[in-house]
Amino acid sequence: MDNLLSIVTFIPAIAAAILAIFLRGEDAAAQTNAKWVALIATTLTFLVSLFILFGFDASNTGFQFVEERAWLLGLKYKMGVDGISVLFVMLTTFMMPLTIAASWGMKTRVKEYMIAFLLLETLMLGVFVALDLVLFYLFFEAGLIPMFLIIGIWGGKERIYAAFKFFLYTFLGSVLMLVAMVAMFVEAGTTDIPTLLHHEFASEGFSLLGIHVIGGMQTLLFLAFFASFAVKMPMWPVHTWLPDAHVQAPTAGSVVLAAILLKMGGYGFLRFSLPMFPVGAEVLTPLILWLSAIAIVYTSLVALAQEDMKKLIAYSSVAHMGYVTMGIFAANQQGLDGAIFQMVSHGFISGALFLCVGVIYDRMHTREIDAYGGLVNRMPAYALIFMFFTMANVGLPGTSGFVGEFLTLVGVFQVNTWVAAVAATGVILSAAYALWLYRRVMMGDLIKESLKTITDMSRRERAIFAPLVAMTLILGVYPRLVTDITGPSVEALISNVELAQSVARTATAVAQVAH
Amino acid sequence: MQADLNVILPEILLSVYAMAALLGAVYTGKDRLAPLLVWVTAALMALLAIWIGMGGSGTRTAFGGMINDDGFARFAKVTILLSAAAVLVLGQDYMERRDILRFEYPILVALSVVGMMVMVSAGDLMALYMGLELQSLALYVIASLRRDNLKSTEAGLKYFVLGALSSGLLLFGASLVYGFAGTTLFSGIIAAADGQTPLGLLIGLVLVISGLAFKISAVPFHMWTPDVYEGAPTPITAFFATAPKVAALGLFARVVHDAFGGVIADWQQVLAALSLLSMFLGAIAAIGQTNIKRLMAYSSIAHMGYALMGLAAGTAFGVQAMLVYVAIYVTMNVGTFAFILSMERDGQPVTDIRSLNLYSKAEPGRALAMLILLFSLAGVPPLLGFFGKLYVLRAAYEGGLAWLAVAGVVASVIGAFYYLRIVYYMYFGEEGSTLETGRSVVQWVFLMGSAAVMVVGIVNMFGVETMAQAAAATLVR
Repeated sequence: MDNLLSIVTFIPAIAAAILAIFLRGEDAAAQTNAKWVALIATTLTFLVSLFILFGFDASNTGFQFVEERAWLLGLKYKMGVDGISVLFVMLTTFMMPLTIAASWGMKTRVKEYMIAFLLLETLMLGVFVALDLVLFYLFFEAGLIPMFLIIGIWGGKERIYAAFKFFLYTFLGSVLMLVAMVAMFVEAGTTDIPTLLHHEFASEGFSLLGIHVIGGMQTLLFLAFFASFAVKMPMWPVHTWLPDAHVQAPTAGSVVLAAILLKMGGYGFLRFSLPMFPVGAEVLTPLILWLSAIAIVYTSLVALAQEDMKKLIAYSSVAHMGYVTMGIFAANQQGLDGAIFQMVSHGFISGALFLCVGVIYDRMHTREIDAYGGLVNRMPAYALIFMFFTMANVGLPGTSGFVGEFLTLVGVFQVNTWVAAVAATGVILSAAYALWLYRRVMMGDLIKESLKTITDMSRRERAIFAPLVAMTLILGVYPRLVTDITGPSVEALISNVELAQSVARTATAVAQVAH
Repeated sequence: MQADLNVILPEILLSVYAMAALLGAVYTGKDRLAPLLVWVTAALMALLAIWIGMGGSGTRTAFGGMINDDGFARFAKVTILLSAAAVLVLGQDYMERRDILRFEYPILVALSVVGMMVMVSAGDLMALYMGLELQSLALYVIASLRRDNLKSTEAGLKYFVLGALSSGLLLFGASLVYGFAGTTLFSGIIAAADGQTPLGLLIGLVLVISGLAFKISAVPFHMWTPDVYEGAPTPITAFFATAPKVAALGLFARVVHDAFGGVIADWQQVLAALSLLSMFLGAIAAIGQTNIKRLMAYSSIAHMGYALMGLAAGTAFGVQAMLVYVAIYVTMNVGTFAFILSMERDGQPVTDIRSLNLYSKAEPGRALAMLILLFSLAGVPPLLGFFGKLYVLRAAYEGGLAWLAVAGVVASVIGAFYYLRIVYYMYFGEEGSTLETGRSVVQWVFLMGSAAVMVVGIVNMFGVETMAQAAAATLVR
């Protein structure tokens, strides 16, 4: 199959088109049909995507399943996966059926809801498989449209503010990247990502508006990409859109946002920022490491003060993404492996946590922590699952959360001990807010009148959590499943980066001697 | 002589048709013929567009270089004719039901289109002025077509007074250019302006640019736009937003490249400044608008800013980017105005965007099409509007205007806000919409067609890219 990636990417879009054209009416039967079409399409996507995983040759560090066609403006429609992107594709296809299943209780405008999610899946998959700059940008930005609608139409009370903030914040971040892409297109003469990965962008310093730019062009390009990915990630201090978006989005929207959309930022760092602008990355690494460390500590502290469960988990997401950026810019094997691992694992864990909140939100229609307490008395199964994911979020050994945090800390320790030390306190803080949340919601006596009739999880809900629990455990005890796939590609990436950085250093030294 | 006439045969045909139609209508049924005339005029324009588009390649000049018939002119003419034809048939139902469909309307549109065709093929300051005035005079009249309406007559008068001022500026500039270059032919001016530019020539150039900037409503010559867009009957607003913009931009490109192609550095900064101001003013001033016609006026100001960004690059690719941008812009606007024309309540036209409250519930199909168009206007990928922006950004960067490209994308974020606001009313509103939009099939076809183009066009842009490239190559040598 030459165009496996296109097939996987566009199955959901085709299903969305089918829904849009053929499904009429708003009655119960039409709603059920829409749900089934969406569930079947996303499951089919997952099954087909397994061919990618099993056909993937980890020892080959190049791009695989590559397909290429000519497109406008000298651009190319080019797709492919390597060890870095293949797991994100799998994460996306794995999470989407669960997301759809979690929305089974949706009653308003179901058809549009399913169309939005199906389109979103296509766009997210496209981000991870695109091998052309502009094609990547296309998928990266287009994802804003369905997400804007998902938050705005099916969101909570403040949904309109959250939707606009989400859209404009991330749009502003990305347009600078667009200019940088145009600049790369003009400088390198191509938008082909594999070619650009081996293109050396100018790194001689020059002065711009009277400021001397170390690393020159590369630093500027790096900053432009950074603006986009840092917002998407999100990194402190440009994370403020995330809590709003998470709180207002419907459960499934939060799950997709936390599990997949945030990973686009990390993927962007891995695919563009680090390998394409190694000199620029080197210049800005200290800044990014410290931003990450601040993010971990600061947002963990903020999470402690939250009254809203979703907001708390959102801040905890920002903190966990701090480990990812830290690991990426440690730029060594453990750091990068850890960052990818952390992203995959965070996809399962934070997705599951948002689903957990969704379970009680569906029953009580509030996310206030104070509205709950003592749930363990009436919901033992739920308490167990919530406990499990709380522990995974804290990073308990044996769960996948531990491996990612540990690897990134090991990675960054070799580069900057102080950052590692500060970041390590985040592990303690995360235990504090997560366990405290658990105590306030689950433990104690069930005294609130409104909770006396609450029911435990239904069979559908348990079925949704089962695969997530399984993945978190499997990756926790056998992390090689991930690192075996990412390892060779990461190794190749690091050796390229180091080579480019040493070449640039030599060039600078020679230039100084020549003066 | 015969060869000269052959070059302008399409223009001659259209003018003869316009005059014959005028006589015919006056001597027979007057306004009863109007619906028929609209369709016949539109059909004739579409035929001419096909003829010009299919017709020969190569460059021909006529009347001693006063008129050029090259790839650039043909591209612009096809765009003008098709958009004018589309807008004519779009508005017919609207005008007929409000009893303002006079038989003069299609005839005046045809005459102004003749003017536009002369504009984009002008090779001489005289031809330039002649085309421009023919176009403008017809537009002044149709702006105030609704004679019993205060706003419409005000719009026409405003447009006329300010238009006359800009024509004066342009004429003054043209005479300065003539005085210093010693010729009105572009080919002569470019020889005179090569290398060292006399100061008088420079002043003349700036004045000509000011006059043209007025026609495309670039800031700071944009003041008439919102009032005229709001005051004129909607079908005429739709016309203002499309064909005349293409023509004026085409003329702009002709003047700066054909006559002043040797002194790019002299006009590049002026164009860049116009572009910058237009993009930002268009984006910021539209935020407070609740009338969709005024909003579209600011939107078109911003879009002209982007088109100018391509032109400011001063390269062949820049012209190509401008042409692609304009073609996309016109397509989007035809679709958007098809929708605006259909907005009504109890038979009365509605222009308040708040009336779209929760429109998506009542009419999911149309709302979706409108959603696509709005995101495309905002330049959000993956829609075609994004590619227009990508082209001009690349042109600007290649032309050494990286700062303008950065400013442009920042303005596009600000601009996204007001397009999103319409989406917000359509999709996130609270109570149901009482808007009726379902009357005209033609409007539905254009709305859906335009939205479909925005989605499907990203595959290969229907070959417009290569056509624009060929067209630009004939202008910038």
